[in-house]
Amino acid sequence: MTLAVEVRDLTRAFGDFLAVDHVTFDVPEGEIFGFLGPNGAGKTTTIKMLTGLLAPTSGGGRVAGFDLRTRAEAIKQRIGYMSQLFSLYADLTVDENIAFFAGLYGVTGSRLAERRDWALEMSGLGDYRGRLTGQLPLGVKQRLALGCAVLHQPPILFLDEPTSGVDPVSRRTFWDLIYQFADRGTTIFVSTHYMEEAEYCHRLALMNRARLIALDRPAALRARLTEPILEIATDHGPAAAQALQHAPGVIEAAMFGRAVHVVVEHAASAVQALPPFLSARGITAHSITPVHPSLEDVFVSLVRREGGVVVG
Amino acid sequence: MTQPAISLRGLTRRFGDLAAVDGLTFDVVPGELFGLVGPDGAGKTTTLRMLAGVLRPTGGDALVGGVSVARDPEGVKHRIAYMSQRFGLYTDLTVRENIDFYADLYQVPDAERPARLERLYRFSNLGSFEHRLAGQLSGGMKQKLGLCCALVHHPEILLLDEPTFGVDPISRRDLWLILHEMVAQGVTVFVSTSYLDEAERCDHVALLNRGKVIALDRPAALQDGLQGEMLAVRASDGRRALALLRSLPGVRRAALFGDTIHVTLGARERDWPGVRDALERAGVGLEATHQIEPGLEDVFMERVEP
Repeated sequence: MTLAVEVRDLTRAFGDFLAVDHVTFDVPEGEIFGFLGPNGAGKTTTIKMLTGLLAPTSGGGRVAGFDLRTRAEAIKQRIGYMSQLFSLYADLTVDENIAFFAGLYGVTGSRLAERRDWALEMSGLGDYRGRLTGQLPLGVKQRLALGCAVLHQPPILFLDEPTSGVDPVSRRTFWDLIYQFADRGTTIFVSTHYMEEAEYCHRLALMNRARLIALDRPAALRARLTEPILEIATDHGPAAAQALQHAPGVIEAAMFGRAVHVVVEHAASAVQALPPFLSARGITAHSITPVHPSLEDVFVSLVRREGGVVVG
Repeated sequence: MTQPAISLRGLTRRFGDLAAVDGLTFDVVPGELFGLVGPDGAGKTTTLRMLAGVLRPTGGDALVGGVSVARDPEGVKHRIAYMSQRFGLYTDLTVRENIDFYADLYQVPDAERPARLERLYRFSNLGSFEHRLAGQLSGGMKQKLGLCCALVHHPEILLLDEPTFGVDPISRRDLWLILHEMVAQGVTVFVSTSYLDEAERCDHVALLNRGKVIALDRPAALQDGLQGEMLAVRASDGRRALALLRSLPGVRRAALFGDTIHVTLGARERDWPGVRDALERAGVGLEATHQIEPGLEDVFMERVEP
């Protein structure tokens, strides 16, 4: 098995603040690797080290076979990188942005023409090529940013929250593109806060407080959540969620869509006890049923077990 | 009948030939949580900017807290707190200094400040970053600081433009608890979001597309309005199953939701046996199948899909 990314004890300090603390993992070639964690957990700092934008304080690793401490330039030729703050120029047209990034990556001549046509088609931007990039809808800009990031056909693609703030239809279109790359063997390293996107990944790494706290397939992570979860249907979700946080036998209660998800110590006793607990507070539970935990349930539980999200 | 907290009457904003917001007419009841959803470019931000008095309508009007945004945009600003997508944080001030600055701006009494600050730190987890410069925060933390600044005073109407943009799931939960608390205290909250699980928590949701409201109702009523029956299917190879399902007669829609495919059939009893047989013939193993109620995301996909 060839590794696209291998990281050993990767560490980065800013002054006396440890942003990334002895992180170790591997990503095999062709994998869609999801990188999750609360804001400030160290995800972006890790990605910056892997993409050669930031030097580690200690530890290290290889990306596309090159040492990230000494061969940052070789790595940059072999990766595509798209960040949450797109690098597109708002005051250039679509065509001009493509030409700019092609120049950066050394894509020239007939290959440029071919890759430009490919990028326009891939991102559905054929009709927009003369438009100013700043005037494009966010979802379209994101597809263009992705196209620009892969003009040089890199074997590894780093995506740092690529779909933040994008509507569900555009997010799906974007993920269809990601799958097309993965099908052709591209390794995808992606961070996201959308838990349904995390489900699309082969494996997930969860960071909290600068450390890696879990790394596994989505199904295996779900299996690690051993406490039962109940879904309560009620017309008073917010009030129910707040009241249930203080109910006996309840570990955690939160809104999940319009329903409430409750993590409990014992399912059978909670199913008995919670409806009367709620009705004593004027809240009717229409139904209370055990459910398959969502990845969001897993994420919240693992992070809370590790002491919550407070950093530094 | 009580006066609406926000009342839009033909609210319109044109940019050249383009009507970014095209004749919006609806009311927001005082003390409700009102969600505005729609695809990128639908006009959500433009609508919020007009309601906040920072962008003049080119047609129509809206009354916000009884004040006309067309005639008295300055008067509107005293009734509301508004958090835009690019909230004005001072990158060379610390977290605490930014919050203090907005507390001064909104004239929050000194006696109330410690309790407010504690609550804002509790949901945002920014307390331990109190002395860090705002410019050195991660993207999601900047967003949370923007929210803290907008929530430092107690407005009658709160306008939030994608407040959870880039915010992690835990902070998102905590943030929504705060919004529900504010609603419980009588504040009217008007929020745009691209997370449809968030929109499901609103009292009313307006679905905006190309500058127009294409649906407005309680989330449950929007979901009830969907035609057909929906099954949740988990298959051994989700993506292959999805492609296959989309090609089968009897399947009106199929969409991937995490590890589950939502399949909409005209009628379950009539259509499902043929669909199931086709999947089995193709060697797609079905791990679990059950009937589900459609979510708001299903409504969105049905109404907005190009």
